[in-house]
Amino acid sequence: MRLPLAVLALCVSAGLARAAPDAQDFETIARGRALTVAADCQACHTAPGGQPFAGGRPIETPFGTILSSNITPDPDTGIGGWSDHDFVAVLQKGRGRDGQHIYPAMPYTYTARATHEDDLAIRAYLATLPPVRRAVNDDTLPFPFNIRAALGIWDRLFFTKGTFRPVPVKSAEWNRGAYLVTGLEHCGMCHTPKNLLGGDRSGRALQGYALQGWFAPNITDDRRRGLGSWSVDDIVSYLRTGHNRFAAAAGPMAEEVWVSSQGDDMADLHAIAVYLKDQPGQDVSAAPLDPHRPDMAAGAAIYADRCSACHTPDGAGVAGLFPRLAGGPSTQSIDPASIVRVILRGARSVSTQAAPTGPGMPSFAATLDDREVAAVATYVRNAWGNAAPAVTPARVAADRASLADRPTD
Amino acid sequence: MQQVTRRALLAGAATLLASGPGVRAAIIRGGRPWQPYAGGPPEPAGSGPWHWFTPEEGAAVEALVDRLIPPEPDTPGGRDAGCAVFIDRQLAGPYGSAAALYMRPPFRDGTKAQGNQSPLTPAARYRAALAALDAHCRAAFAGQPFARLPEAAQDRIIHGLEDSSLQLDGASGRGFFELLIKDTQHGFFADPVYGGNRDMCAWKMIGFPGARYDYRDWIDRHNQPFPLPPVAIGGGRPGWTPHA
Amino acid sequence: MPNRLPSRDVAIIGLGWTGSILAEQLTAEGLDVVAIERGPWRDTPTDFNVNTMPDELRYRIQHELFLRPAQQSLTFRNTLGQEALPVRTWGAFMLPNGVGGGGTHWNAEMWRFLPSDFVLRTHLTQRYGAAFLPADMTIQDWGITYDELEPFYDRFEYLCGTSGTAGNVAGRILPGGNPFEGARSRPYPLPAMKQGYGHALFADAARNLGYHPFPQPSGNLSAPYTNPLGVQMGPCSYCGFCEWFGCANYSKASPQTTILPTLALRKNFEARTLCEVTRINLDRTGRRATGVTYVDTSGQEWEQPADLVLLCGFQLFNVQLLLLSGIGTPYDPVANTGVIGRNFTHQTTSAAIGFFDKAKYNFNPFMSAGAIGMCIDEFNGDNFDHGPLGFVGGGYMGQVQTNGRPIETTPVPPGTPLWGHGWKQAIRDNYLSTIFSGAGVHGSFYSYRDIYIDLDPTWKDRFGRPLPRITIDLKPNELRMSAYLTDKYAEIIRAMGARQVVSQPRKGPYSMSAYQTSHLCGGAIMGTDPRTSALNKYLQSWDVPNLFVMGATAFPQNAGYNPTTTIGALTYWAAHAIRSTYLKDPGPLVRA
Repeated sequence: MRLPLAVLALCVSAGLARAAPDAQDFETIARGRALTVAADCQACHTAPGGQPFAGGRPIETPFGTILSSNITPDPDTGIGGWSDHDFVAVLQKGRGRDGQHIYPAMPYTYTARATHEDDLAIRAYLATLPPVRRAVNDDTLPFPFNIRAALGIWDRLFFTKGTFRPVPVKSAEWNRGAYLVTGLEHCGMCHTPKNLLGGDRSGRALQGYALQGWFAPNITDDRRRGLGSWSVDDIVSYLRTGHNRFAAAAGPMAEEVWVSSQGDDMADLHAIAVYLKDQPGQDVSAAPLDPHRPDMAAGAAIYADRCSACHTPDGAGVAGLFPRLAGGPSTQSIDPASIVRVILRGARSVSTQAAPTGPGMPSFAATLDDREVAAVATYVRNAWGNAAPAVTPARVAADRASLADRPTD
Repeated sequence: MQQVTRRALLAGAATLLASGPGVRAAIIRGGRPWQPYAGGPPEPAGSGPWHWFTPEEGAAVEALVDRLIPPEPDTPGGRDAGCAVFIDRQLAGPYGSAAALYMRPPFRDGTKAQGNQSPLTPAARYRAALAALDAHCRAAFAGQPFARLPEAAQDRIIHGLEDSSLQLDGASGRGFFELLIKDTQHGFFADPVYGGNRDMCAWKMIGFPGARYDYRDWIDRHNQPFPLPPVAIGGGRPGWTPHA
Repeated sequence: MPNRLPSRDVAIIGLGWTGSILAEQLTAEGLDVVAIERGPWRDTPTDFNVNTMPDELRYRIQHELFLRPAQQSLTFRNTLGQEALPVRTWGAFMLPNGVGGGGTHWNAEMWRFLPSDFVLRTHLTQRYGAAFLPADMTIQDWGITYDELEPFYDRFEYLCGTSGTAGNVAGRILPGGNPFEGARSRPYPLPAMKQGYGHALFADAARNLGYHPFPQPSGNLSAPYTNPLGVQMGPCSYCGFCEWFGCANYSKASPQTTILPTLALRKNFEARTLCEVTRINLDRTGRRATGVTYVDTSGQEWEQPADLVLLCGFQLFNVQLLLLSGIGTPYDPVANTGVIGRNFTHQTTSAAIGFFDKAKYNFNPFMSAGAIGMCIDEFNGDNFDHGPLGFVGGGYMGQVQTNGRPIETTPVPPGTPLWGHGWKQAIRDNYLSTIFSGAGVHGSFYSYRDIYIDLDPTWKDRFGRPLPRITIDLKPNELRMSAYLTDKYAEIIRAMGARQVVSQPRKGPYSMSAYQTSHLCGGAIMGTDPRTSALNKYLQSWDVPNLFVMGATAFPQNAGYNPTTTIGALTYWAAHAIRSTYLKDPGPLVRA
């Protein structure tokens, strides 16, 4: 799932007459549907195995787990009784219907960039969904994080209101990409580093962040840790199909592709790619670890014996099937959470209409011990021109323990 | 048309469950199921006491496998290779209880072409044959069990089982010989995770590189020795261990 | 009483190759399809783990991926006069179980049958006269021709990403391929695999003897491939853990690696696993299938009504289910009446082991693949003159060694002690320098009046139903063929430079105790006459027109090739008939 956090405070109470979008306005509804898909609302607002958009999905936040809200048009437990004004206030201001602050698990710091028209189009589409009666408990956070008043302070620190403003010197396509990435697509919710209070770290947009036991990689144009080696078409293919010649979407990104970006407009995906390719990387120089280090030597042996059958001896992988390990962010991220996780638990890449194969990696937890996982992870992070910090056995042990308790995803 | 009784259904379901890893009927739609940590790795044989054999049986089987695969200066024998441990763990599991086999009566003797028709499980065959072997040895060698006999005497007994010149009381000597040699060789060559082939000794002896999965760089290098050492499911290759 | 489920357009029994192909074809047609599979769901990342797959004991010796005899077995006898006894542990052949069926753990040899194989009786009678055939031989023409089937062969080969060198494209004989093959409309989708030392040496020796060696057509892929369903496969890594094993790196064609990814995304497809169909239900007329009854793992019985029933299980169990459901007339070998169980056949395989000087030859037998190898086809089908030889039939032969797994593949020269220092030394001396291709000679198995399948009078399966009973033996014709072919084969092995060749022609009686192949065929065969066939040329039941029966069950007799490619082609052929004709006007596609 793309959102690390989700809305909690779309409090339900009796009140204003429900807005009734013109059911005949097909064009608006169709646009709203596309925007809803692009914004991936469904992922967070659907419980595992539950009715779409009826909420109840547990969302991990740094402060505890909260449940997403029901955004179907049910008048009592959903948003059927809301006015357009109520709805827009959530997206633009992060305020619930009663004026209360909502938790920034709902990406209002991003949705605030969307235009009023787009907000209403989403609203119009949501109003066409079948209403689902499902009340969601909105108070699951422990003290002191259950004090909503504190959120006002949070907003002052980390929330800049206002819709997106185009950058005149950039192309229309770039601006469309910027509008989507910094707005409804809310890429930074996962991919931008957060501070201790969960706010985006200024100046570090899209440079990667660890969440839900994964590391959402740097998606700037950084040559080593980001998408510098990917072309615009590679990015489009990845978002459209979940796969390209380098990588495969698994975990939360697999869900994002499945629910959201495989259905996005191709022109929008292209715009997103153009914008991402224009986000400068840091391109800090890094030198690979000495191949004669004991962990590197052991890692090379384990790689040859266990990994090369798929990822190939030179780390090139097989385009569309086995991710390329040489180059790119999947191996060289500063934080090795994803690579350690995938080795231990295995992973399933997304199966899409355009790329149905959905290959998966098996679990190595039972056959590699912590020292061996650390060695092979260190090796792939420093072979074939890669360079990234070593992974320690202690890190693997810690991740092994914490991953064991994670639910299936 | 054949009708199926409710009782047969339940009995049938029980058979299926007993033979599988506790799996249940499922409906698959909308995508392919996946879950982390899938794959069902093998249960390591582990060290420690016998699981199936009594200490006396274990001693006899260790002596037997060490004659079937005798130790040599550069390669271990069946005992040090762990063949007896392998057989013990196998007999304690589904193999020993014939859990996967068709064991419904009646049991009748048939032709050789019709295959084994014994009502006895492998575990029961070992128990009976080892008891008979023990009785034979103690009677013929002044109360000594097989494990305490000189190698030459042990070899003579095994030859006797092999060529049916030695009849065991209440068990087929030749049948036991065939079962034992099959299981011993399975243990010698199987992955070390099952208790035999300790340190991949059998694989090293013949030049089998073990649980590898990629020879793309080697398949058309004809008539050249493969340079890498064997590796087991659980690793066990010295190169896997980081050495300072 | 079984719980009755809502009706579906199509119920498929068994989700192996044929069930998967038909499910894909009919969901594409918009039909609502449910596939009921008696074994578990299996998939590459969850069940074929690269860490634990190279495990000879678990998968090869203990048959992890196969049916357990405890679940379902059969009884066996050589002749009508004998009492059949239950097969208590698998031997001569292996029976599949689970999603993907035999397609998960096969070798992936991708052979087409010869054009003459489909008109066998006509062809042999014309060339040699009817009197040349043994009196009890019941071979038949198939009712279709190679040319009719060719587009569907092509389809299955392109589904699988077949690797090979074409020998005959549109009638043009091409160098390096099989010059005897039927004309193909285009080359294989991928070039042939690389060959190991032993495979290459066989080709050299065969060429020197005047034969035309060619690479075995293979469903182990020589390069990455995306098939017409958009499913991607990787290149084979020659790991040597192919047959009996699931492929861990997506390089062996299977339903999992070619069809299921696309099929599983379709909303009109559903699979029910670990659910065993116990019978096909008929209406009161007995001329129409109303659906199937199956049992889940809790013992609950379910009735699944359907408009169209597709029987896609393994050959033997297709026949058992037809007999148990009272569909068609059971075959009676004495009266020579009936069709269900008739023309049961297997495969006549044999080998010649070549022991080479270990100082000069290192074959690295462990580097291999399921369908690797170099073959010749000079002695297959009717590619050679049988007139002076006194038998019919033949087979391909080749150095098609798939592995060097040490429990299975540590042959020693005759006379080696079974144990002790002598055995140990022989293992050490021969492991790397021996050519041992278990089914190096892959002979045909023609049909006979007294080789058949019926229900056993004594032994029952776990549901209390009679086990299928097979009566099968090796006839003089097959034994003569095996002797002749194995001699020719041994000659090539000798020409490779072996210091000792141990020839092992197939000997009678047919035995359950040593593995041969799993290519059981026949029992509900296709043909042109309902008196001698259970199915018409579209694999549609003559008796119950809304029932189609897939697989080698339909082969009137077995040719000298592995059957799967022909099974795949026949399935696409039947699917085409269902889509283009049957669905528009459900009923018999051929008037009896």
